[in-house]
Amino acid sequence: MNVVTNNKWIGQRTIRPDGMDKVTGRAQFAADTTMPGMIWGKVLRSPHPHARIKSIDTSKAEKLPGVKAVVTSKDIVDFPIEKGAVMLGIQDMRWMCRNVMARDKALFPGHPVAAVAATTEAIAEEACKLIEVDYEVLPWSIEIDDALKPDAPVLHEFNKFDGKPSNIVGRLEHKKGDIAEGFKKADVVIERTFTTRPVHQGYIEPHACLISVAPDGKTTIWSSSQGQFMVRAMTAYLTGIPQSDIRAIPAEIGGGFGGKTIVYLEPLATLLAKKSGRPVKMVMTREEVMRATGPTSGSKSTVTIGATKDGKIVAAHGTFYLQAGAFPGSPIRGAAGCSFTPYDIPNLLSEGYDVCSNRSKVAAYRAPGAPIGAYAVECVLDEVAEALKMDPLDFRLKNAAKEGTKAAHGPVFPRIGYIETVEAAKASPHYAAPLGDGHGKLRGRGVASGFWFNAGGESSAQVNITEDGNVVVTTGHPDIGGSRAGIANICAELLGIDYRRVSVIIGDTQTVGFSNLTGGSRVLFASSMVVTQSTEKIIQTLRERAAKIWEIDPEAVKWENGAAHPASPNAGQFEPLTLEELAEKAPAMGGPIGAGVQLNTQGADGGFGTHVCDVEVDVDLGIARVIRYTAVQDVGRAIHPGYVEGQLQGGVAQGIGWALNEEYIYTKEGKVDNPGFLDYRMPVCSDLPMIDCIMVEIPNPKHPQGVKGVGEVPLVPVMAAVANAIYNALGKRFYALPMSPPKVLEVLEAPTQQAAE
Amino acid sequence: MTELRYLAPDTLDEAVGAFAKAGSAARILAGGTDLLVQMRSGVLKPGVIVDIKKIPEVTAIEQTADGGFRVGAAVSGMALAEHETFGKVWPGVLEAVNLIGSKQVQGRASAGGNLCNGSPAGDSVPAMVAAGAIVTVQGPDGRREMKVEDVPAGPGRTNLKPGEILVSFTLPPRPPGSSDAYLRMIPRTEMDIAVVGCGVSLTMKDGIVTAARIGLGAVAPTVLLVEDAANALIGSKLDDAALAKAAAACSAACRPIDDKRGTIAYRVKVAGVLLKRTAAIAAQRATQKN
Ligand SMILES: Cc1cc2nc3c(=O)[nH]c(=O)nc-3n(C[C@H](O)[C@H](O)[C@H](O)COP(=O)(O)OP(=O)(O)OC[C@H]3O[C@@H](n4cnc5c(N)ncnc54)[C@H](O)[C@@H]3O)c2cc1C
Repeated sequence: MNVVTNNKWIGQRTIRPDGMDKVTGRAQFAADTTMPGMIWGKVLRSPHPHARIKSIDTSKAEKLPGVKAVVTSKDIVDFPIEKGAVMLGIQDMRWMCRNVMARDKALFPGHPVAAVAATTEAIAEEACKLIEVDYEVLPWSIEIDDALKPDAPVLHEFNKFDGKPSNIVGRLEHKKGDIAEGFKKADVVIERTFTTRPVHQGYIEPHACLISVAPDGKTTIWSSSQGQFMVRAMTAYLTGIPQSDIRAIPAEIGGGFGGKTIVYLEPLATLLAKKSGRPVKMVMTREEVMRATGPTSGSKSTVTIGATKDGKIVAAHGTFYLQAGAFPGSPIRGAAGCSFTPYDIPNLLSEGYDVCSNRSKVAAYRAPGAPIGAYAVECVLDEVAEALKMDPLDFRLKNAAKEGTKAAHGPVFPRIGYIETVEAAKASPHYAAPLGDGHGKLRGRGVASGFWFNAGGESSAQVNITEDGNVVVTTGHPDIGGSRAGIANICAELLGIDYRRVSVIIGDTQTVGFSNLTGGSRVLFASSMVVTQSTEKIIQTLRERAAKIWEIDPEAVKWENGAAHPASPNAGQFEPLTLEELAEKAPAMGGPIGAGVQLNTQGADGGFGTHVCDVEVDVDLGIARVIRYTAVQDVGRAIHPGYVEGQLQGGVAQGIGWALNEEYIYTKEGKVDNPGFLDYRMPVCSDLPMIDCIMVEIPNPKHPQGVKGVGEVPLVPVMAAVANAIYNALGKRFYALPMSPPKVLEVLEAPTQQAAE
Repeated sequence: MTELRYLAPDTLDEAVGAFAKAGSAARILAGGTDLLVQMRSGVLKPGVIVDIKKIPEVTAIEQTADGGFRVGAAVSGMALAEHETFGKVWPGVLEAVNLIGSKQVQGRASAGGNLCNGSPAGDSVPAMVAAGAIVTVQGPDGRREMKVEDVPAGPGRTNLKPGEILVSFTLPPRPPGSSDAYLRMIPRTEMDIAVVGCGVSLTMKDGIVTAARIGLGAVAPTVLLVEDAANALIGSKLDDAALAKAAAACSAACRPIDDKRGTIAYRVKVAGVLLKRTAAIAAQRATQKN
């Protein structure tokens, strides 16, 4: 491992800047904001999974005392389908304008059809009930198999697949070699089909915003999101207000995990505020969050892997069908693109199909699509390794991608750290430890690996030296995973000062330059690049100022330990000039000290992880519990190890929930039957063991601090690791998630031939 | 819009008076851990709330002259846990009450609220049924007593008459060699609703079961007293055959539904598994004490 050890702050578990506010309840989340004259917005939602909206009559609602404004799709800017895509990042505004408010058709229960603003929440709710919507109820489908039937109701009639109207709204494939030829060389070929249920990101903070539109059109948005610039741009598109007139202020965020990379409420609240002339606040209920936001896709995947007797994978084929929900855009890129990437497979075909059906539009969820694909691939790998009588980690090592391997999705890998993660997993105390006695419960161990692309993209920062010689850094990405703490470490390191002297804040859209949203594990990678360059500019200025004072050449001044020093004895004998002293002298020496940099950052390297999981199964009750877990990941450089471990542990916790209990359950009427945390079972603390982390550090050579994204990889291997461990415990394989108690018991009680099928 | 009146009388008579007068618009408030949740979610919109926590009898725990216990309907789980002797005599009832929710919920939630909420999955109810608890209720027509298993009428409904308030649970004195236990199956480890709950109360003499009562929750519209299962245990040494017979009786008593929390097949099977495990714990406790 290539760990730099002479750093003072990089690599330290410094105190997080948002910690005090969060533990004392002072942190300002979007729902904490209020304004004088503020009124409340509520959304009327479709009760039907699929219905044509023949007419909407809002007159009764408008007459209710206390109601100040009503909006429907007529008020939202339309992006006609036939005019083609209008993209903002990965979102097509044609779908966004229809997702925030149904136009001709309501496409899922919970789809907004109108919104009301009134002086109280109760009046707004009452007014929603007075809105008369004439629906022509249509047949619907939710599950992938149903949506693909030849006679399935088609959500978007304009869409054709193989020349016929279809719910398949997209396909992509990655190809390498010739799989037919490859499979011919295989001694062992295993093909399996897997299903997963939709799961929600499960952020604790519901979507919320407060929006004021002044009479001159100047708009201020306080909202919870993963990108204030995304909020500004989407709101501008959907309301027609220019971006220069919208100031989007990011609130502290109570979780997002990808789910807050699109807007739901902001365009509606903006239009209600504009119509009513009053600031409008909207806060979703948990039920609205569960019915109408996210979740990620349910899926159906078939994976075939062929290997030779000596353990080389010669061919693989994956077909991944992912539920997009009401509008195109399921994460097939992650499923098809990431699942086989840890391996050097000469013949590969990986196909993704984007399938629309009558449930809420999919939203990003931590390494979107990759965990779904990895679940299928890593479970089949486990079976192949077993058939070859190989240790599953040795099998992975034998086929591992490394520097020079060409990935099916395009790149030829630079120096990557996958092999190191497998080796570290193999060498871990966990992998060597006996499973121990389950006292009647059966224990098993499983492993799995995973990959995520990671990303760079646009980032802006401004670094200013205060008059008293301290530092304020402003960046443009909401901090959902520790970026403020990481930036403080880096900036303090570069300036040679205590990290407590660096205050990092997230600017709003009108005070910091454009910064792409927080997603793709990009934020610390991208923002530390612009902060580093800004800080280097400042150091240059500080050297110039000292040189001027000492009347020597700037090149003869070095910056060290928070002060300017003569670079060598030949430069002259001068007392060092500290940052404080130079700040004090700034007015006389050329003015304020500060620098900003804006870049479209490049050079993000993908991330790899390998996990080891132990489970214990109560075979009479069908309850599987994870009793030990180790997540190994190539993290590039752990700028703030506490936060990196937090990312790894958080991802694993979410994956264990996905594997064991979390799922969307639908009623016969097509509605979500468990829209709350009681029956949508995310793990609680006592469900999880301490999750051990092994951070492998293979620095990214294209980044000043070696940073690689770390936030998404840790969810990718988890479901397969848990499934493989359950197989190891029970000797029975599961091909569907979640492996919840009734389902485990059903498989345990099934006749053996069937279960082995 | 609609107004909500909150009353917190000091006496039962006042409470019954106010409750009866307000009719169907009124709700009793004990810990509020069901009531307030239902109000916030819009399921309930009461016009009057009668808080009974200021009434001494309803929040007291007393040892009765014959050695039994009287537990006020609004006694919180935490208060019951802190009582010096209750948990020694009725460890099963106590563990059932203490399984409700989390620490925060325990500071408020009561066995009375758990019973009157009418959920077939309420955790304390099967344990109270197994314990043979008798409840005292007071209404406009005075006081009466009921067996705890007669209180639930179906999901969300009780057999209390309009204006009646649950006052207390009376648990009988314990002969030597007696104990009880409660187990529930939940997919998670806490903060969950029982998919099946099982309470077992046993009296043992020389290794033989002389008395038994079994309560089963979440497997039928109301919590069940399973006498067939109890009879299978009485007279036995809790040998495998007796336990298998009792487990089969529990499974046979189930009239569950398939729902988001569990399938019929699963609940039927688990009822039997839990009976065996709960009986083992109760027996161990009962014999330990001798
Ligand atoms: C986070 C959370 C977790 C929970 N976990 C569990 C759990 O694990 N197991 C479980 O069983 N329950 C659980 N519950 C539900 C609830 O906590 C229990 O049912 C609790 O026992 C209710 O008691 P309470 O005193 O709060 O009742 P309240 O909410 O005050 O009352 C419940 C109902 O009974 C009526 N009522 C109350 N007292 C009387 C009385 N003396 N006479 C007549 N009517 C009365 C009320 O009007 C109301 O309709 C949970 C609730 C929450 C919020």
